[in-house]
Amino acid sequence: MEQLLDILREMHPETDFERETRLVDDGVLASFDIVMLITRIEEEFDVVIPAKDIVPEHFNSAKALYALIERIAEQDD
Amino acid sequence: MRKKLLTIGGVLLCCIVFFGALYALSRLVAPKYREALIEGHLTGEYYDEETDHDVLFVGDCEVFEHFSPVVLYNEYGITSFIRGGAQQLVWHSYYMLLDALETETPKVVVFNVLALKYGAPQSEAYNRLNLDGMRWGGAKIGAIRASMTDGEDFLSYVFPLLRYHDRFDKLTAEDWRYWFSDGEPVSFKGYIMHTGVKPATKTPTPPALSDPRLPETSMAWLEKLAALCEEHGITLVLIKSPSIEPYWYPEWDAEIASFAKSRGLRYYNMMDGSETGVDLSTDTYDQGQHLNVIGAEKLTRWFGGILKEEFGLRDHRGEAAYDADYAALSVRYEAEKQRLSEGME
Amino acid sequence: MHFASWAFLLFLAVLVPVYYLVPKRIQWIVLLLANAVFVGFAGWLGAVFMTVTITTVYAASRGIDALILRQRKTLAAMKATHTKEERKKTRLRFEKRRRAVLIACLVVNFGILFVLKYGAMIGKLSAELFHTREFGADLALTMGISYYTFSSVGYLVDVNREELFAEKNPCKLALFISFFPLLVQGPITRFETVGKALLSPHVFDGRRFLSAALRIAWGFWKKLIVADRLLVAVLALCGAPGTYRGGFVLVEMLLYAACLYADFTGGIDIAIGVGELLGVTVEENFRRPYFSKSISEYWRRWHITLGEWFKRYVYYPLSVSKPMRALSKSTRRIGAGVSRRVPVYLSTILVWALTGAWHGSNLTFLIWGLLNGLVILASEELKPVYARFHARFPRLTASAFYRGLAVIRTVLLLSSLRILDCYSTVGEAFSAFGSLFTTWNWGQVAAGIPSLGLAASDYAIALMGVLLMFAVSMAQRKGAIRERIQRRGTVASVCVLLLLIGTILLFGRYGFGFDASKFVYSRF
Repeated sequence: MEQLLDILREMHPETDFERETRLVDDGVLASFDIVMLITRIEEEFDVVIPAKDIVPEHFNSAKALYALIERIAEQDD
Repeated sequence: MRKKLLTIGGVLLCCIVFFGALYALSRLVAPKYREALIEGHLTGEYYDEETDHDVLFVGDCEVFEHFSPVVLYNEYGITSFIRGGAQQLVWHSYYMLLDALETETPKVVVFNVLALKYGAPQSEAYNRLNLDGMRWGGAKIGAIRASMTDGEDFLSYVFPLLRYHDRFDKLTAEDWRYWFSDGEPVSFKGYIMHTGVKPATKTPTPPALSDPRLPETSMAWLEKLAALCEEHGITLVLIKSPSIEPYWYPEWDAEIASFAKSRGLRYYNMMDGSETGVDLSTDTYDQGQHLNVIGAEKLTRWFGGILKEEFGLRDHRGEAAYDADYAALSVRYEAEKQRLSEGME
Repeated sequence: MHFASWAFLLFLAVLVPVYYLVPKRIQWIVLLLANAVFVGFAGWLGAVFMTVTITTVYAASRGIDALILRQRKTLAAMKATHTKEERKKTRLRFEKRRRAVLIACLVVNFGILFVLKYGAMIGKLSAELFHTREFGADLALTMGISYYTFSSVGYLVDVNREELFAEKNPCKLALFISFFPLLVQGPITRFETVGKALLSPHVFDGRRFLSAALRIAWGFWKKLIVADRLLVAVLALCGAPGTYRGGFVLVEMLLYAACLYADFTGGIDIAIGVGELLGVTVEENFRRPYFSKSISEYWRRWHITLGEWFKRYVYYPLSVSKPMRALSKSTRRIGAGVSRRVPVYLSTILVWALTGAWHGSNLTFLIWGLLNGLVILASEELKPVYARFHARFPRLTASAFYRGLAVIRTVLLLSSLRILDCYSTVGEAFSAFGSLFTTWNWGQVAAGIPSLGLAASDYAIALMGVLLMFAVSMAQRKGAIRERIQRRGTVASVCVLLLLIGTILLFGRYGFGFDASKFVYSRF
């Protein structure tokens, strides 16, 4: 989780990612950021987020995003 | 419950104010045809008539500027009205007659054949000029449907605001003056008077006709007009009023003459001045397109003689209702003549 | 049938009572028939294309659904008997087959769109290059095809992503694809929302009816009073690029901005309002776009459904696709910064090229799209600079004045890009834009404005209209404006509605006095 927060803070130092729950809805994370983020997540976690999971619900908070990463990492077939 | 009633009342009130305002605005923006384009006022003036008519003229400017019902009565006792309009096409004339038949049946209908050259609606402006003043009924609906050009819609005849709303920034004093009042008629039983003199100088050089025949559609309407007259026991008389423009081709004249012959109708071509006495070097106000009052009176006198002799129309002079009507009209007629000729100097 | 026609109003006047009077379970059938009438009015060719889309999308979605089902069953059966590797192989085999069905369907549907959009261009090009007979010049986009093709494709992809079950009844799918209010100017919708709403029963609600009527009237107001009026001047300015240079280009930019806004948001208001009339909630397409402080924000607030569609179905899938990731990895040795930017840059450029191509076959649209993409990338790169500036002058940058400046700058920037939309060649557009800085002709501009086909009263009315639109947008920031009107009671709402209708009747550009013009945005 801390690793993810670091990535996020690097992108938007001014945002409190631990508390924010409307990152996409409020326009903090735009499509540009999301793609950058996904690229970073693949680098750091070796997890590829599929296109169908790129929806606001998963990116609105750091917590939700981390949950998504864990879910994908655990998935087998 | 009380609240509901209040709401319904409020909504009703809103609607009344709304439709009232729309009605007032609609009247305001509709052209009045009182001071400019007075031909637009002609159609409506028929409905103010208090006496009936033995003769109805139908047609374009070659009737409403070429015949004077005042002269026709004062000299022959023939009662008449001109249901003419600017570029009144043949189907307009048909429906004008149909409309008149609602209230009276004349003995003779005189139709000027010039308009037959047009087989299709020509211009939206002339449609509105001739049809807006018509009273609502089957005739008006038919006339509108027969006349609409591309882009016109029927609804705008029902609600003139839809057509004239773009005039809100072009309103003139005329529009305010005649917002809710109609004022005096502009015509003398459908006759519009001009007193100027501007002689015809040029000889027309008409282009060759590509098709020597008059359009089929307009001839079909002429058939309908003839049938309508026959059905009501009315004698239809065809005329070609004198003018040098628009050019009336001999081919057309022959076609009309043969049509008249086949239907047993009378056709008078009045282009020959030696017969009618009309002299286009003095009797026209626009170089031979239309007659001035001198020419119109000459033509009316000549034609009145024919109407009296050939069609045996009654002399109504001495009948109180007609005498009173035409006496009042004559006074206005002479005054207008005076006013116009003074204005000329 | 265009929105601004008596035929359309009559159509609604017949449909709405019938729709609410019939038994609820056949309500959707009434709507389907209404769609058929609406499509039929627009011509048989459009109906044919739409039928092809409905048929292919239905068949493909059912096929994919069946494959998903078999895939699940097979994998479940394999669970006890096969290894993880084997199961993965099976899964990939199924996914490949699903993708094949999907792609086949996309080829057909985008193929139609492509041929209609580019047929004329290709025909001309082939005539020039290979001296063949010129063909395709008479191809024209049929009504709504750009919108419903996108909505249908979105639906199919969602089925393949297992987010939706494929609709079993082809008529119900047809109802979604052919929903008539959306065929004029969109928006692009999703089956999950609109498709489902269309199928559920709807009870008449007076309050909702009044609210819908208000929205429709406001849409017509913007279109007939503002857009159609300004369009006259815009067309005059665009039509003579040689004459109208310098200051005229700025006038053109601003008038076009107002005209396009009034036309497009007006059309969408009518579409969404008609949906509301029928009890169907349609996605919003605009969120006060001209109040945006950057171009990328603007594109999240203008034509939202198109932007969302591209993001959901092109931009994200592309940026996480295998080739893109491989490319990104291969550039890692150049530097982490480069490698991280590869997906986002390539996807942005491609999406904007496609957005441009969606708008029109003319090269100007492609350039317009690419420039939008470049501006967005540039402003992303400049973010740290802005951040430093903001940190340095916190008081200034937090002020309303600074925000206002950012809004004005954004409007000017996007208006500049939109110049490409006005001219027929890229050269003309660039030359016009350049003249803005080289030709100083404000005297001529002041003298020339009255001769653009509009009278002084037209400019006055358009200005009032723009001010009213601005006021409404400002008021919307504090909450839905129609709700606030309705809270004041039915009488107040009716008054507003009648006032809107009355002013449209009086000041709208319609009828014989004016040339009947169409929605600017419906040619897409």
